[in-house]
Amino acid sequence: MFAEVPLFPEQASTTAQRVDLLFFFLCTVCGTMSILIAGLVLYFAFKYHRRAEDARTPRITGNNRLEWFWTIAPLFVFFIMFVWGASIYTSVAMPPPDAMEVFVVGKQWMWKIQHPGGQREINTLHIPVDQPVKLTLTSEDVIHDFSVPAFRTKIDVIPGRYVQTWFQPTKVGRYHLFCSQYCGTSHAKMVGIPSEDKDEGIIVMEREEFRQWLGSQAATGSLADQGRQLFFKFQCITCHSANSEARAPVLEGLYGRTVPLKNGRNVVADDAYLRESILYPEAKVVQGWEPIMPTFKGQADEEELLKLLAFIKSLKPGQTPVRNEDALPPLDAPKVPSGGNPRPRESVPTYRPQGKSN
Amino acid sequence: MTSAITTGFIPQAKARPPRIPGENYLNVAFGVKSWLFTTDHKRIAILYLVTVTILFFLGGAAATVIRLNLMTPYGELVPADTYNKLFTAHGIIMVWFFLVPVVPTVLGNFLVPMMIGARDLAFPRINLLSWYVFTTGAVITLWALLAGGVDTGWTFYTPFSSKYARTNVLPTMIGIFISGFSSIMTGLNFIATMHTMRAPGMTWRRMPLFMWAHYAASVILVLATPVLAMALILVGVERAWGIGIFDPELGGDPVLFQHLFWFYSHPVVYIMLLPAMGIVSEIVTCFARKHIFGYVFILWSSIGIAVLGFLVWAHHMFVAGQSVYSAMIFSALSYMVAVPSAIKVFNWTATLYKGSIAFDTPMLFALGFIALFTMGGLTGLFLAALGVDMHVHDTYFIIAHFHFIMVGGAVMGYMAGLHFWWPKMTGRMYSEFLRKLAALIIFIGFILTFLPQFVLGYLGMPRRYHVYPPEFQVLNVMSSAGASILAVGYVLPLFYLFWSLYGGKPSGPNPWGATGLEWQTPSPPPTHNFDETPLVISGPYEYSTEEGALVH
Repeated sequence: MFAEVPLFPEQASTTAQRVDLLFFFLCTVCGTMSILIAGLVLYFAFKYHRRAEDARTPRITGNNRLEWFWTIAPLFVFFIMFVWGASIYTSVAMPPPDAMEVFVVGKQWMWKIQHPGGQREINTLHIPVDQPVKLTLTSEDVIHDFSVPAFRTKIDVIPGRYVQTWFQPTKVGRYHLFCSQYCGTSHAKMVGIPSEDKDEGIIVMEREEFRQWLGSQAATGSLADQGRQLFFKFQCITCHSANSEARAPVLEGLYGRTVPLKNGRNVVADDAYLRESILYPEAKVVQGWEPIMPTFKGQADEEELLKLLAFIKSLKPGQTPVRNEDALPPLDAPKVPSGGNPRPRESVPTYRPQGKSN
Repeated sequence: MTSAITTGFIPQAKARPPRIPGENYLNVAFGVKSWLFTTDHKRIAILYLVTVTILFFLGGAAATVIRLNLMTPYGELVPADTYNKLFTAHGIIMVWFFLVPVVPTVLGNFLVPMMIGARDLAFPRINLLSWYVFTTGAVITLWALLAGGVDTGWTFYTPFSSKYARTNVLPTMIGIFISGFSSIMTGLNFIATMHTMRAPGMTWRRMPLFMWAHYAASVILVLATPVLAMALILVGVERAWGIGIFDPELGGDPVLFQHLFWFYSHPVVYIMLLPAMGIVSEIVTCFARKHIFGYVFILWSSIGIAVLGFLVWAHHMFVAGQSVYSAMIFSALSYMVAVPSAIKVFNWTATLYKGSIAFDTPMLFALGFIALFTMGGLTGLFLAALGVDMHVHDTYFIIAHFHFIMVGGAVMGYMAGLHFWWPKMTGRMYSEFLRKLAALIIFIGFILTFLPQFVLGYLGMPRRYHVYPPEFQVLNVMSSAGASILAVGYVLPLFYLFWSLYGGKPSGPNPWGATGLEWQTPSPPPTHNFDETPLVISGPYEYSTEEGALVH
């Protein structure tokens, strides 16, 4: 029975190796300190145990040099721990540019996972080995936490916000996926636990095998394609179109660029900004445009938002669809301000790449 | 001649009429009324003792069911909702209604006036009021927990608590909110007492370290509790009226709650620990018969903990989408707060050097505290390291870590203090054999319960799981087995301490040969504590002088 008791978790990502190394360092330092203190206490306890009831003791009130020594010496050791820990944390916060993207939506009580190709999974994530994978996560309700012990990765999934993390699996296998932030009744069942009869959890495959798996999954077009359909369905196209009389900025090549705002500030058009601009259009209005966009809060759910984002990210120059007459403005879209938007074509940012202008 | 036993003070002229021989605070009056309307700090301490002991065993009962349920991976004993309510009840009762109040309101209430040579606390009626407020809060919360329960976890994270939970969140929070006022009253009372009522000659540098620990803890009580009150009000406002503060649907920020909550709930750990550390300083010196090593450093480390403890709250949120820079700052500050705790451990160890060490029960508990607190503190270094916290956050590693600190530290310290001052409080000694057995059982049971949880945590088992992957079962069974031993260890003192009231040998005023002022008056003490106001002429730990060594 005890032969099957695991005492140390599988080490299946590049981060896992780094975390474990620091963990062993901490174990060594703290183990040494424990043994030192316990040893001293026990040694003193035996050596100086009370032999006579009227035993006399020397009056020792302290030693300043010793005090300063054990005040300052730990700081040096702590500094090593701090820098080491921070370096791992920092690299986990910065996904490599060639990382494969996966989108995760948590809800009570399941993980909904979408691949860029449109493949969907529940409580299961198939990924190829030796490939950095970047996760973009959000929640539909309460705070969850996406935790993969074999990768030493964990991140809170917060409603109303995107968080990101990444990992690079190093070993083919099936690993636990847990929700680590308490989220209600079935918190303990918001998991992917691989077993003999269930193929769920984190499944790391050989690259070729993964490609086959992707192909075998039924998908109604890539995420970006689905986003394109939503772009029409929600009638975003009415304003954000390539037509010359468009009432809103063209979104081509927007992702990752710096956008000048009406209030004089600049903002980088990342996932969070795009999400905010769909749900709260008045929050950050682009310079040169009027805040006429209606909110899509309550209309587009988290998964649809991710699709719209995928579509916007995929838009290369010249790919913006043209509005046709069938596409009416959104029902509650305000009228164009009298005189239209003040937009002499030259001075209006259209997000077409312009060298290093920003 | 009384001066032979008083290195610490010289009795002054008689300040009060001589009392009737044998009269003390326990037998001065009888009946329920004499207890419920008392303003004597010693009687109020006993009221608190009874209240928090009941609450401790209620919280322990919840833990028992939790551990029983975790014997199997499939959650066969209780359904998920019940399990969630049980760990919530365990956390709420143990944190707010046992660990926070226990040392200050029981031992602190009894000893703060006695250790500084005062007749009572500065505000005796506020002291009694604090017990009524505390009990009211406890009753409301208990009612909410028993009549339906709460399933948010003791941390009340939003937006789960403010919107999604369908349980008694509001009544529970109202109970906690009310009991917070009791904390503030106690804190204010101690601060005022120590500033204004020290006996002649009891300078700040002559105050026992137990008093300094209470001073630091009182400052935290007064400054941190209002923040919790505000956080709870905000959750209540959002829950009751849908005013958007934490719920992103309403334009709120769910992580804001965590900032407010931990701004209170991290310092609160030091409210539990500082007084326990103070107890250890008193006991180690007494049973090693040595002056404390590095009085000034221990004193300033208490203050340092109180100050730095307010600056580390966001280390509970390293995986909550925090910016890298903010995480780094809080990681560095968390390492800083480890330093004063380390200073204390080193100083206690050094105090043993060349001592004359006796292993009475309080000393066994105190040494147990040093061992378990050191392990708890050192595992805190793992959590302050950002890279490792990312892995062990919200796992059983955390559970094990803070149980080492709170149970291995605070509760062990409380047990040490209770056994140390029990003869003073009751005038009776307890069973020699059972008390040492209890100390041993608690230590072994504790290690067996929580050591496997470190392994479970590094394996990745998340906390608050009603069911778990089957490969974690063996370690969970070990933990549950340890918990049953631990339970025996906690029930034993209940019996022998109770028995000592009737069958215990009279202890005499100073059974341990200690030097503190509280030992210079009969056990149990008279209502006015000291027949003559003491004049203090030296520091608190003069065990090595001619007279000190002869004290028995």
